[in-house]
Amino acid sequence: MKPAPFSYHRPRTLAEALALLAEDPDAKPLAGGQSLVPMLNFRLARPSALVDLGAIDELVGIRVEDGAVVVGAMTRQWDLERSDAAHPLLRAALAFVGHTATRCRGTVGGSLVHADPTAELPVCAVALAAELVTSSGRTIPAEEFFVSVFTTALELGELLVEVRFPRAEGPWAFEEHAHRHGDFAVVCVAVAGERVAVGGVAPTPLSWDGGELEAIGDLYAPAGYKEQLARTLIARAREKVA
Amino acid sequence: MIDLAVTVNGRRYERRVEPRLLLSDFIRHELKLYGTHVGCEHGVCGACTVLLDGRPARSCLTLAVQADGRAIETVESLASGAELHPLQQAFHEQFGLQCGFCTPGILMSAKFFLEQNPAPTEEEVRAELAGHLCRCTGYASIVDSILAAADKLRAQ
Repeated sequence: MKPAPFSYHRPRTLAEALALLAEDPDAKPLAGGQSLVPMLNFRLARPSALVDLGAIDELVGIRVEDGAVVVGAMTRQWDLERSDAAHPLLRAALAFVGHTATRCRGTVGGSLVHADPTAELPVCAVALAAELVTSSGRTIPAEEFFVSVFTTALELGELLVEVRFPRAEGPWAFEEHAHRHGDFAVVCVAVAGERVAVGGVAPTPLSWDGGELEAIGDLYAPAGYKEQLARTLIARAREKVA
Repeated sequence: MIDLAVTVNGRRYERRVEPRLLLSDFIRHELKLYGTHVGCEHGVCGACTVLLDGRPARSCLTLAVQADGRAIETVESLASGAELHPLQQAFHEQFGLQCGFCTPGILMSAKFFLEQNPAPTEEEVRAELAGHLCRCTGYASIVDSILAAADKLRAQ
């Protein structure tokens, strides 16, 4: 299990990275590599080139501005988890994302753009009504950013630059069931104030309005089990915020 | 091919490598440091964990070229000559290993973990160990080892 050959670029600026991606439609951006490198190892992904975003300082950092906490796309998950500025929901949910070693490498933007339907960060982004700012200057609400399984609203060659999490006061809760701590969730639920988002039941994080909840089953759990699990986790989360 | 310079266990190495070379293979095959073990090669088992600029990283989920200019610590960095690191000593005393395949990764994760949390609870140790697969011990003796190492390190 070794990656197929590819060429490698390590630009220092966002502009350089975008130029490299524009030149080659088969090139892939590399963030923290905690999802992409396994796919390379399995040869599920065979890009012609990798554009490593790891040396672009302008994509790293957490700042507070205009009532929002703005997180650079290449900020490591471990650093957001430990940031006093981060919403406590994010900090709690990040403890469920993989393991220490993967959170130290994995980035906030990488997880959002990977758009795994069971991943914690996309669910939190929807619950917190985050906005995703791209290299084309677009600002996309989280609910519109996630289009389908592993698919986002980003165009080919467009990069996520930063995520704006509105500063939300008030109660919050995060609940998850996974087969083993650190595994992908079977179902997870993020609650921030009135907003409830559910992961693992649909191709994208589901913004739940209190109505009927229909889940899609997968390899790990049938639909009915997931629906019951989601109802249980929502009830637990709501108990905490009540 | 890409030129690469890394510091591993305090020693500087320069090599020319293919971009697709994994850091785990670089450490083992290029540097001949066989202490870092390779289990699953997709980030699940934790055996290949090393410290990259002081933080744990799965070396099978890191390309060698991504480590350019950085400092790496492998399990070989722990002992000073014949004198074991307190973590290694604790694993020895508490029977924290049987076959030893998973041990190098666990030791490197535990080193960082105890730096962050010098007085962990058993529950916290168990949560941290979720990132490492051991098929011999049933984990009980590994938990004991890390708790004993925490005592040793605090006493230093």
